[in-house]
Amino acid sequence: MLKNFLRLTPYAIITALLATLLYTTFTFAQEPTPSDDEVNKIAKQLYCPVCESTPLDACPTEACRQWRELIRTMLAEGKSEEEIIQYFVDTYGARASAEPPNRLAAYLIPTVAILLGVLLLVRGFQMWLKPPITKVAAGEREAKPTPEDPYIARLEEELQKRK
Amino acid sequence: MTESTIPSTRRGVPLWAQIIVWAFLVGLLALVAMGLSRRQQGTVQPGHVIDNFTLPLYSGYEWNGKSEVQFKDLRGKVVVINFWASWCKPCEEEAAALQQAWEEYAPSGQVIFLGVDYVDTEPEARVYLKKFGITYPNGPDLRTRISQYFRTKGVPETYFVDKEGVLRYVQVGPFTSIQQIRDQIDPLLGE
Repeated sequence: MLKNFLRLTPYAIITALLATLLYTTFTFAQEPTPSDDEVNKIAKQLYCPVCESTPLDACPTEACRQWRELIRTMLAEGKSEEEIIQYFVDTYGARASAEPPNRLAAYLIPTVAILLGVLLLVRGFQMWLKPPITKVAAGEREAKPTPEDPYIARLEEELQKRK
Repeated sequence: MTESTIPSTRRGVPLWAQIIVWAFLVGLLALVAMGLSRRQQGTVQPGHVIDNFTLPLYSGYEWNGKSEVQFKDLRGKVVVINFWASWCKPCEEEAAALQQAWEEYAPSGQVIFLGVDYVDTEPEARVYLKKFGITYPNGPDLRTRISQYFRTKGVPETYFVDKEGVLRYVQVGPFTSIQQIRDQIDPLLGE
């Protein structure tokens, strides 16, 4: 009887090991709900309330940790990404969001400024490359160049004769 | 009179463009100067008449049964405005002293304490309030409007306003004893 029981010992050990392995696998695989990735996806779009210019997902302060936990709670409550971000903006102000509050002005003004700058540069280069012709001692008639080169003078003379 | 043309010796950007560039630069510099000046200004200084502001209150921390407090309604009382946050460790150092002072002055009805919770989350704020047994009106600084008005540099900061609504003293950092709080309130009560 005892001999038969002892014969089963290796099987019992293997079964116990397998059960432990399965248990630990499940333990390690579990993540908080919602996951850190889901929380950080939203946290990336928000900024730390205390430190300047630090995205919420990368901020190590206690305030940021609390904010991330709040995002997790809101996600678990079924709130959408937009609703969560709007909540943060409503509660903590526009500086909490990575998106500028007045999108039109935020994108339009720099674009116009850049275009204006490019225009000025192009105009400047054009003027450096092709200096403008300025009339001096302007009379009523259209100005004519005075040929100083004898070859050009003769050419002008020949052309006059052909007219 | 003879006519002739010569290449212009003047090269450069036209006048209208120069005006735009200079106007832009001056505007930019003015903006930077304003920002720097605002940063160096520090908190609102004693002597400043505090404008009206609204503080929404956490449930359980209402004032006279109201869910928000208007600063203008507090005229005639000495107002102690304390900026704090649950994530702020130095705030914990003064929390007990503030509550003790509130318990001392509240029965007279001449002093009111307002806790302004700066960029905090409500669950943690409630844990903090419960932990230190705080009972005076407390609420969140929505959109950081109040802290921006006072130009706070951090937490904790406490502002003492007299019965006429004039700021009289600013405490930057935590109080180390209840006596420090009494030293600011008592002279204002005697006026």
